Amino acid sequence: MNIVVLVKQVPDTATERKLSAADSTLDRASADGVINELDEYAIEEGLRLKEAHGGEVTILTMGPDQASDSIRKALSMGADKAVHLVDDALHGSDAVQTSYALAQVLKKIGFDLAVLGSESTDARTGVLAAALAERLGVPQLSLASKVEIDGSTVRIQRITDYGYDRVEGSLPAVLSVVEKINEPRYPSFKGIMAAKKKPVEKLSLADAGIDPALVGLAGATTQVVDFADAPPREAGTVVKDEGDGGAKLAEFLAAKKFV
Amino acid sequence: MGVRPLLPTSEAGELLELTAEIGAGELAPRAAAAEAEGAFPREVFRTLGRAGLLGLPYPEQHGGAGQPYTVYLRVLEELAAHWLAVALGVSVHTLTCYPLAAHGTPDQRERWLGEMLGGELLGAYALSEPQAGSDAAALSTRAAPEGEGYAITGAKAWITHGGVADYYTLFARTGGPDSRGRGISCFHLPAPVPGLTAAAPERKMGMSSSPTCQLALEAVPAGADQRVGAEGEGFAIAMAALDAGRLGIAACSVGLARAALDLAVDYAGTRTQFGRPVAAFQGVSFLLADMATQVEAARALYLEAARTKDAGLPYTRQAAMAKLFASDTAMRVTTDAVQVLGGYGYTADFPAERYMREAKVLQIVEGTNQIQRLVIGRELCGAP
Ligand SMILES: Cc1cc2nc3c(=O)[nH]c(=O)nc-3n(C[C@H](O)[C@H](O)[C@H](O)COP(=O)(O)OP(=O)(O)OC[C@H]3O[C@@H](n4cnc5c(N)ncnc54)[C@H](O)[C@@H]3O)c2cc1C
Repeated sequence: MNIVVLVKQVPDTATERKLSAADSTLDRASADGVINELDEYAIEEGLRLKEAHGGEVTILTMGPDQASDSIRKALSMGADKAVHLVDDALHGSDAVQTSYALAQVLKKIGFDLAVLGSESTDARTGVLAAALAERLGVPQLSLASKVEIDGSTVRIQRITDYGYDRVEGSLPAVLSVVEKINEPRYPSFKGIMAAKKKPVEKLSLADAGIDPALVGLAGATTQVVDFADAPPREAGTVVKDEGDGGAKLAEFLAAKKFV
Repeated sequence: MGVRPLLPTSEAGELLELTAEIGAGELAPRAAAAEAEGAFPREVFRTLGRAGLLGLPYPEQHGGAGQPYTVYLRVLEELAAHWLAVALGVSVHTLTCYPLAAHGTPDQRERWLGEMLGGELLGAYALSEPQAGSDAAALSTRAAPEGEGYAITGAKAWITHGGVADYYTLFARTGGPDSRGRGISCFHLPAPVPGLTAAAPERKMGMSSSPTCQLALEAVPAGADQRVGAEGEGFAIAMAALDAGRLGIAACSVGLARAALDLAVDYAGTRTQFGRPVAAFQGVSFLLADMATQVEAARALYLEAARTKDAGLPYTRQAAMAKLFASDTAMRVTTDAVQVLGGYGYTADFPAERYMREAKVLQIVEGTNQIQRLVIGRELCGAP
């Protein structure tokens, strides 16, 4: 089975993240880049499906040069090879444009199953799986907490507020996963060494057959017009326990309508 | 403290990053609870095995990672900074692999070594006995000839991973009762070992997550092909393994001391008395300065010993010095960390008191620090 896992590099949520003043896009240079957390689950699921059904796992990343660190990490976990869509003209692309660009690459490289995290920790639009499935004309199996493949049928448990739905579709398909699905592995030291020798193909817009007019900040369908820092936290209320601490706490919570 | 002395290769840097990631993700969050409950973290060792951290200093052709001691010991230090008992477990496991790696026949290595170095197996090193601790050459567990092989009978004491190990690297007497170091042989015993029973773990002042057990051996069968090295060669093998093992204890000591130092520095920077952080008092900052200096000196000493070993030169004296100095440093620095935290240092709400209890064992295992001085003295002045 030809499994493609989409991996996005995002700023580490443990570090301070900001937008750049110049064009209101994410300032990727000022924070450490890491693999989007949910994509680690996608990689793990891709590797498990390969271990169970055979085939190959390809990592697909769209992002600037420094995203190659995340590609290496994914390869060191055990993926076989990677495709890196990297082109300055992609800077500032919104979710709709990104889905176009990635769909073009997926059409070019082919796939039986495209796996991705259900959202990214930076933009959090959560629409990529749906948009990709639409553009590629294949079923979307979203928010999967469990996956089974039986011949050309994919069955998933899709998490919902009330429990889960059972959903099935046929290959090729787009599959988005949630963190309940597995426990991502650590790379092994041998895996880190082996990753250095695995092929990473770099594609430009032209290589991937992407129309430059349809991507990039200028043509984005949505614009970030303004942004502001989150207001600094105000000093909290200190409840001093002078025998009546419990009652005072309850009063405070009631006043804020928490109870 | 993010001290990063130069590493020999970029892959060593990546190995340490991986170790730090696993330490922060898998070791640190579990350590306090597992120590309080005395729960052996078998699954954590499997994670380390899958990541390839259980056979680092052995050749790649045998399933290891071919790393020099300078790198392997830095990995141990990193693990110990997150959880001493796990780092010591890795050090003991690495020790158990030495006899087969250095003295096994091609056939024996083929059969056993791959899984020990590159897999998830965990070993135990059974040398000490109730009546033979510092004087290991006095051990009395006997491997008597039986058919083509041996039947081993006796008792072992203080065996780390006793009862949970996947195999035992065990030393027993094949010579006469007075044969001392010349009459001991080394055996490889894959578990379950018929006739071997582990007693309930000792109740220790620290490292409760790591089982330390007496073993009773009752006519345990061992084929001739389970003897590692020649008959009578066992004691020399055990001592050579311990030279390397002592470096492991030194690195673990530095990791533990580093954790205590970091905790003390953090606390001193935030705890306010007399209107200032206590770190602003020279009485505290000089204490921290001495702690930090000792940690770095101990690291420098084990790395110098490791470079000597990696160069293929004799390093018995340096290994004993590194173990002695680093474990004494761990004891001092953890004790001082408790002092810096004041009353809280003495409570189980902070790890300082646990670090202090854990440090003590480092002055005892793999040769007490008196024995290290004996080794150093002998190297200086010749055997008495
Ligand atoms: C937690 C833990 C884990 C251990 N794990 C293992 C293991 O996995 N495998 C294993 O084989 N062993 C293990 N040991 C055993 C350890 O190596 C011994 O405890 C150690 O070698 C000391 O032996 P002993 O306890 O019998 O002390 P003894 O030898 O009885 O020593 C008692 C005191 O006398 C001093 N002393 C003895 N001889 C001399 C001398 N010639 N000159 C000066 N002072 C002397 C010692 O320094 C010590 O202070 C472990 C011990 C502990 C506590």
